Amino acid sequence: MLVLEDVHTHYGKIEALHGVSVEVNKGEIVSLIGANGAGKTTLLMTVCGNPQATSGRVVLNGRDITRDPTSTIMRSGIAIVPEGRRIFSGLTVEENLHMGGFFNTKAEIRKSQEHVYELFPRLKERESQRAGTMSGGEQQMLAIGRALMSKPNMIILDEPSLGLAPLVIKQIFEIIGQLREEGITVFLVEQNAHQALNLADRGYVLETGKIRLHDTGKNLLENPDVQNAYLGG
Amino acid sequence: MAAKNFGHAFFCAFITLIISYPIIGFNLEAQGIDVTLTGADTTTIVLVLLAALVVFLFQLFRDQIMGALKRVPMPSSDANKEPMAENKRAKIESWILTGIVVFALFWPFFVSRGSVDLATLVLIYIMLALGLNVVVGLAGLLDLGYVAFYAVGAYTFALLSQYLGISFWLALPIGALLAALFGLVLGFPVLRLRGDYLAIVTLGFGEIIRILLNNWTTLTGGPNGIGGIPDPTLFGMEFGRRIKEEGNTSFHETFGIAYSGEHKVIFLYLISLVLAVFTALVIRRFMRMPVGRAWEALREDEIASRSLGLSRTAVKLSAFTIGAFFAGFAGTVFASKQGFISPESFVFLESAIILAIVVLGGMGSQIGVVLAAIAVTILPELAREFSEYRMLIFGAAMVLMMVWRPQGLMPMRRIHIELEKQE
Ligand SMILES: Nc1ncnc2c1ncn2[C@@H]1O[C@H](COP(=O)(O)OP(=O)(O)O)[C@@H](O)[C@H]1O
Ligand SMILES: [Mg+2]
Repeated sequence: MLVLEDVHTHYGKIEALHGVSVEVNKGEIVSLIGANGAGKTTLLMTVCGNPQATSGRVVLNGRDITRDPTSTIMRSGIAIVPEGRRIFSGLTVEENLHMGGFFNTKAEIRKSQEHVYELFPRLKERESQRAGTMSGGEQQMLAIGRALMSKPNMIILDEPSLGLAPLVIKQIFEIIGQLREEGITVFLVEQNAHQALNLADRGYVLETGKIRLHDTGKNLLENPDVQNAYLGG
Repeated sequence: MAAKNFGHAFFCAFITLIISYPIIGFNLEAQGIDVTLTGADTTTIVLVLLAALVVFLFQLFRDQIMGALKRVPMPSSDANKEPMAENKRAKIESWILTGIVVFALFWPFFVSRGSVDLATLVLIYIMLALGLNVVVGLAGLLDLGYVAFYAVGAYTFALLSQYLGISFWLALPIGALLAALFGLVLGFPVLRLRGDYLAIVTLGFGEIIRILLNNWTTLTGGPNGIGGIPDPTLFGMEFGRRIKEEGNTSFHETFGIAYSGEHKVIFLYLISLVLAVFTALVIRRFMRMPVGRAWEALREDEIASRSLGLSRTAVKLSAFTIGAFFAGFAGTVFASKQGFISPESFVFLESAIILAIVVLGGMGSQIGVVLAAIAVTILPELAREFSEYRMLIFGAAMVLMMVWRPQGLMPMRRIHIELEKQE
């Protein structure tokens, strides 16, 4: 579904990704783990075309999107929950959701909105509250809900558990599992390696802009190197 | 407390001294072919010292003064309240607005001609500020060359009437559309710039258009401007004493009333009123549409907006173009009102004033913009004696405003949009 082939990405002259190849198949949950600054966010943003890869290929559903503008890519059935949530804090919860379905018809928006409220009943309660006044967990739910509004076949999540309480994290991971049940392909980036690999069909380990390891989630959890580096020994 | 500021206050007073003394104190006088430098007289020196003392004392007690200023009661701010009961409030607001418009419709029949003329100018500024409000207040694009689109509208009408004899009503949409086209074409390459860069480039645009108008003498008449721009007509009725255009009738003859110069002034006022209301309604409509929310979203978080598939350029360009459209609108009315235009009407100061109106009014808020437009246009007229110090007062008002109420007179109250519920 999503294929990255030998992708290099630069910030100015500095190369942040040194030839990364990743594959996410339809219906899978694929987790990408790595330390701070490894280039996880850069990898996801390269998929979105912001920044664009300087060499290599990004292929989505068989179509080369390496050089497509972000706005085109993000309208081709893929949605991202960006790092740090990035909800529109001045807009209400409902308006945030409507922004997510910007290119859909009113009827579609209404339907997706109901679906999001089913996944996150909490959001329904907060419907007309300004998004910026909600708790971190609620904001993360909103960010996920907003991404779902465009009815994507694939969702990319950049550290959704960042800064959240353990109970909320558990809830978020449950929802991610539920998304797979609905047939949405999930590409998950996490520092919270244990939970991310537990949930994942397959996993990648990114170290300083390079893929170090690549295996099933289960095998990676049992891998001593991964245990030492990412699972606290 | 004050001691902490002592050094700073002393420094500020010193700066005041070394800046104002040479500027105010020294005088260059021509004596024959020589120029002599004369020093300041005692009063000037005393005044300069006094000014330095004032600056010193102000800086010394700055915290206390500013603190007191901030505590000055202000109309309650809704900016941070939850948008609850929004419907009810919106209803009250539209009633008030309707009342104001009805009042404005009948008001000119009871006041002097000069007041009506001034009110027309206020309405033109309201149109301009409402348009710029879309660009700066909603989309967050700092446009310092807005007056260029105003000029395009005005010159479009002037030139069309001069060369093709086209009437006001036909020129109105053409002027606005042409201004919008300019906005589109000029906006396209520059809107990827952000913040200060955009401000500088748009500032340049404003000047380029003005200089072009000034120097393209064969077409625009250069600094001499274009005169004889016709007044608007009412269904083919002219408001002058004698009919200028063949085929037209005259207003006072049709209705069998005595000719009065006031008819025309009031008519122009009413047209401006209708157009200003139209502008406000159309922009309000845009604000409630998805594109309006996209402006806000992009202003709030560009990365998030782009990740939702919004095209940065398209969203910004739409705001820029719509803003330019209404500037062209206002420009056409302005040309008709003045009957004569020259590049002098479209200097940077105009852009600055319109921007000041938007900022004073509270970015994004329409009622605030209307109030600020009234204040900024009328106050200098009321204080005619101080007209030399107009800009000084203006600057001081801006500074005070930013301290007292940085969010503007009436900060934008977010419109809450709901989809109609499906039964
Ligand atoms: N906008 C940027 N400009 C320049 N360098 C950046 C930018 N964003 C990230 N980087 C650099 O790229 C590397 C990877 O960062 P990032 O992708 O954010 O890592 P991660 O998400 O894994 O923490 C880091 O060295 C970081 O400093
Ligand atoms: Mg990151």
